[in-house]
Amino acid sequence: MRYLLRKLVFYVAALWAALTLNFLIPRLMPGNPVDLMLSKLATKGPVTPTTRAAIEALLGTDTHSSLWAQYWTYLHQLVSGNLGTSIAYFPEPVSQVIGQTLPWTVGLIGLATVISFAVGILLGRAAGWRRGSWIDNLIPVTTMLQSVPYFWLALLLLFLLGSTWPVFPLNGGYDVYSVTPGWNLPFAQSVVYHGALPALTIVISSIGGWMLGMRNMMVSTLSEDFVVTAEAKGLTPRRIRSRYVARNAILPSISGFAISLGFVVAGSIVTEAVFTYPGIGSALLLAVGNNDYALMQGVFLIITLAVLGANLLVDLLYGVIDPRTRARS
Amino acid sequence: MTLKLAVGLGIAGIIVVFGVVGPLLVGNPSTVRDLGLTGPGNGFLLGTTQTGQDVFAQLAYATRGSLIIGVVVGALTLLLSSFFGIVGAFVGGWADEAFSLFTNIMLVIPGLPLVILISSYVPNKSIWLVAAVLAITSWAGSARVLRGFTLSVRSRDYVLAARISGEKRWRILFVEILPNLIPLLASQVVFAVIFAILGEAGLSFLGLGASGSFTWGTMLFYAQNGLALRLGAWWWFAPPGLAIALFGAALSLINFSIDEIINPKLRSQTRAERNKWSVKS
Repeated sequence: MRYLLRKLVFYVAALWAALTLNFLIPRLMPGNPVDLMLSKLATKGPVTPTTRAAIEALLGTDTHSSLWAQYWTYLHQLVSGNLGTSIAYFPEPVSQVIGQTLPWTVGLIGLATVISFAVGILLGRAAGWRRGSWIDNLIPVTTMLQSVPYFWLALLLLFLLGSTWPVFPLNGGYDVYSVTPGWNLPFAQSVVYHGALPALTIVISSIGGWMLGMRNMMVSTLSEDFVVTAEAKGLTPRRIRSRYVARNAILPSISGFAISLGFVVAGSIVTEAVFTYPGIGSALLLAVGNNDYALMQGVFLIITLAVLGANLLVDLLYGVIDPRTRARS
Repeated sequence: MTLKLAVGLGIAGIIVVFGVVGPLLVGNPSTVRDLGLTGPGNGFLLGTTQTGQDVFAQLAYATRGSLIIGVVVGALTLLLSSFFGIVGAFVGGWADEAFSLFTNIMLVIPGLPLVILISSYVPNKSIWLVAAVLAITSWAGSARVLRGFTLSVRSRDYVLAARISGEKRWRILFVEILPNLIPLLASQVVFAVIFAILGEAGLSFLGLGASGSFTWGTMLFYAQNGLALRLGAWWWFAPPGLAIALFGAALSLINFSIDEIINPKLRSQTRAERNKWSVKS
């Protein structure tokens, strides 16, 4: 129970920090984003007082209200779900843009991360179990792949599998001409077909980290005394590998999820740009290109919330699978 | 000196020398020629861009730019992570709690979106600003690693002995504890350099890098915008990415070797070999 409480307190603190950061950045930066946004909005259509108030609350204004009062207005705006109006997708509100793009990103990154984690852990387990075997020699190769920038790998794959041998489509999330979005088979097929290459990019560039981490932990765990005991008891190698060694070796990989997830999310934002995938990364870039500060702040907030949420889930899971964490706190 | 270390140092060395000396030997990378997009050959080692700029010259300057970013961010990250990781763990008490909370919060806030956000507010960025922003968003991981290790060193008997014998606190920190942390610090710096170069490349690729600078990322940005991909101009978009990958791989190899020095268990050795050894002794 205490473990749970500690974790929850930490994530509340992290959430508060993220919200405050989101509040402070536009106010501390040079220039006047509000005027820029409002003038851009005005060129696209009439700006209602509500929109103006929302944008002022999010980005800060020259009004003489104190920073505290602005902070409360900002929090109030967030709670009511009003994140302002987007310029890039005018006249849609920011929350709606995020609502439309988020499922694409969560689907793509979520699936790719799970595949990469599972395959990486299995390969790492095999490599650590048989050190010096061919699979262990794969490690330097995957490390090399890991230091390849996501977007460059994406460019390369796009060039080879999109242009030279047209196996996969060049961009987009589904075929906009022939299928209609919804719960139907052609749409699902189209989504999988379009998502394969971006997902492959993320898997290839992130698998090395999981594999290496798992391999090193397997090696360390193998030299523990309880493994020797298990061997002496005459347990089958298979049982030792999966129940005794791998089970302990996987723990740091799971607790290291936080660091890697941030990395994967960062990489896939840029990957989305290459594939013009209709996800939140593309929305962020479009926002950057159009000085759409409201959308930028909103996207940053959502990405942070998603990463925090995923980490909270992993932490809770960790408490279940590793009883020591509960005992220690 | 293992093979890994030799290969890593070799590749990294070649790239560093290229970045330092290269720009002195090639012409101006921005010179526009009336050539258009030409492949390698005809006096241009790596061909030319759409506007007839020498890709090889650009690569030389870009290498220098990216290395500068890597070194600056590596140094800043070292400072920040040592401060928050080592000092916090050494002082202990509420300072450690506070530092550790701050570190963990910085760790779960995704870095690149934050960097994108900050850099989109500043229209004309210097290379130093980009480096500072990258360092601010990337020190937390190594601070946590350093904290864990410092805690374990701090509670060792010889540190206790030093404390009882009345050594000053700063002396315990710098003379007794810090030398033990050097391999770990080295590997964290190497990691920070890789992270910085990758991060800067991503940022520049999105058009948010330092203005007027030449880095591997800006080269890729111009290649992408010049439709190098559609035109099949591999000599334009392949070299910068390959340079990043090679440099990153070389640094990882160096890091592996450092890891193996710290933790001899990781040294390559099959299970059969180890069992044989333990029976013999």
